[in-house]
Amino acid sequence: MRVVLPAKLIDEIRRHGEASYPEECCGFLVARESPSETDGLRRIVRITPMENRMEGARGRRFIIPPEELRSFETSLDGTDETLVGFYHSHPDHPAVPSLFDQEHAWPWYTYLVLAVEDGRAGELGAFELGAEDRRFTPVPWSVEREVRPAR
Amino acid sequence: MGKGGSNIGRPTPVLSPMSKVQVRVPAPLRSFTGGAPVTEAEGATVGEVIRHLVEEHQALEKHLYGTGGELRNFVTVYLNDEDVRHLKREATPVRTGDVVSIVPAIAGGAPAEVVRPAGRPTPEVGLSADEEDLGLPLTADQLRRYSRHLLLPEVGVKGQRRLRTAKVLLVGAGGLASPAALYLAASGIGEIGLVDFDKVEASNLQRQVMYGTKDVGRPKLEAARDRLSDLNPDVVVRTYDHRLSSENALDTLRPYDVILDGTDNFPTRYLVNDASVLLGKPNVYGSIYRFEGQASVFDARRGPCYRCLYPEPPPPGLVPSCAEGGVLGILPGLVGTIQATETVKLLLGIGEPLIGRLLLFDAMSLRFRELRLRKNPDCVICGTHPTQTGLIDYPAFCGISPETTTEAPGHAPEISPEALAARLAGEDPPMLIDVRNPPEWEIVRIPGATLIPLPELPQRVTELARAREVVLYCHSGRRSAQGTQLLLELGFTHVSSLTGGIDAWAQKVDPTMARY
Repeated sequence: MRVVLPAKLIDEIRRHGEASYPEECCGFLVARESPSETDGLRRIVRITPMENRMEGARGRRFIIPPEELRSFETSLDGTDETLVGFYHSHPDHPAVPSLFDQEHAWPWYTYLVLAVEDGRAGELGAFELGAEDRRFTPVPWSVEREVRPAR
Repeated sequence: MGKGGSNIGRPTPVLSPMSKVQVRVPAPLRSFTGGAPVTEAEGATVGEVIRHLVEEHQALEKHLYGTGGELRNFVTVYLNDEDVRHLKREATPVRTGDVVSIVPAIAGGAPAEVVRPAGRPTPEVGLSADEEDLGLPLTADQLRRYSRHLLLPEVGVKGQRRLRTAKVLLVGAGGLASPAALYLAASGIGEIGLVDFDKVEASNLQRQVMYGTKDVGRPKLEAARDRLSDLNPDVVVRTYDHRLSSENALDTLRPYDVILDGTDNFPTRYLVNDASVLLGKPNVYGSIYRFEGQASVFDARRGPCYRCLYPEPPPPGLVPSCAEGGVLGILPGLVGTIQATETVKLLLGIGEPLIGRLLLFDAMSLRFRELRLRKNPDCVICGTHPTQTGLIDYPAFCGISPETTTEAPGHAPEISPEALAARLAGEDPPMLIDVRNPPEWEIVRIPGATLIPLPELPQRVTELARAREVVLYCHSGRRSAQGTQLLLELGFTHVSSLTGGIDAWAQKVDPTMARY
């Protein structure tokens, strides 16, 4: 599914990636849609930076524990917002998912991967896991210049 | 996925009552379960509920279960508000009205399990990677030399510069180290250290391809330095002309980024392992015997160490060395190049390292197998509560007494080649027993000897006359010492072992005899 983000959110992700370097950063992507709606376009309306809870090795791994995911999802209950994906950074590695990413990924979610080279944010890639073959494919993403007013 | 259920196991007939529970499905999986966030399933336990759900919606299977049929690591199941890992896991009983939630843990990471490349400070020591010192830009000569590397995006100019700052220590300069050192030098590793104290022998040339016929008799380190410097003059070759010991190991290993274990004996292998664990360095392991090889990467920071795999060495003599059992000359070529490959991957931080996996290779069937290795939480050196915090006496640990480090275990009576020659020529010559293996017997033997391979000795002891003096010999004196010990334990009194074996005999008594 095509992904659209306001420039402001891309900046936030880039800043998070640079601030976390040489460790990986991670966070949630939130859209305003119901999971069953699939109009082929996913508008990210906000991000929530999360703490990388991986014990050790945070330079090459991140983890968001299930209880944090569960409580975040619960916090969205009854709103029109949905958790639709995750972003994380690859310090000194390209913005492509690793085998490890693929092994631990879920279909339907949007995965944004940010390369951070020598402490500077670089390329950003968007990926989705195939429900059948469990392989990542890149999905097109673009910048939404106008930030839609919050409802 | 077809019928799907095969690798998750059909639920066995259940005698306990089935409960009807609600299952909360995470957003990504709802499209497989009809779109609703909550669905219903039956079962007596959490595991059964999920299996029933998967049977009904088979597309769920590969997202919830690994290939081994176990719930994926990163799937967490809650019963009401409790993580079932804190209850009875999948065996946790459920009651009608309970809510089972499937919650993904979200994880990922960079494309490799990176050992921070050489010269690159690790985040753990709190230095920023800006301080990574890759040295000067590549020269025009280096750009030409390494162009096939530079074309690989996974290596590139930056990777090649990392290799140039990298330091690799090879313990042993024999069969495994030969191809490893050649390829590492060719790859442009900045500094290669070699630990060895042997001279090149003619019997090395069948597999130790770093040396040539003209090198026979030269110290290995000298010949290796010449060969590696010729192959790549950029490489700094450091040589350590000593046996690695508990006294010198930490200082020898400390400057290096990766340790490559090319040893041929257990005391040194445990020593290399323990020193690597204590220094927090990856130990790229390989071993060979006859037609079989093994390789792994032991990095206690991220996986098991050699002691997790083999906590104790085998009893001395149980596992013959290549000098006794023979080895296909090509085999160390295969295993040594695997070690070199893993070393370069670790330094570049690319690919999936052989950590937690033991690669087994059989040249006869030409098959590779792989065993999963787990870190042993009780490991004395890398476990949760290590009891060993320094290096120990490795020959003693491996049951080898210090004064006979590589030769005879125990204290078997010995007879020198000259004394044996005199006794054989005199009256009442001793009974001479060759305890080597039949292929060795075919190569060369001492006239008048009887072949009883060491493994057969216990059964064939009746062939020996107790009243008569018995002399055992093998190739170097090690196996015959073991056989002598055995006979002493069985009550023989006039028994001794030929010092230095048939090899010493060929040098001191019969110079016309072929050596191997």
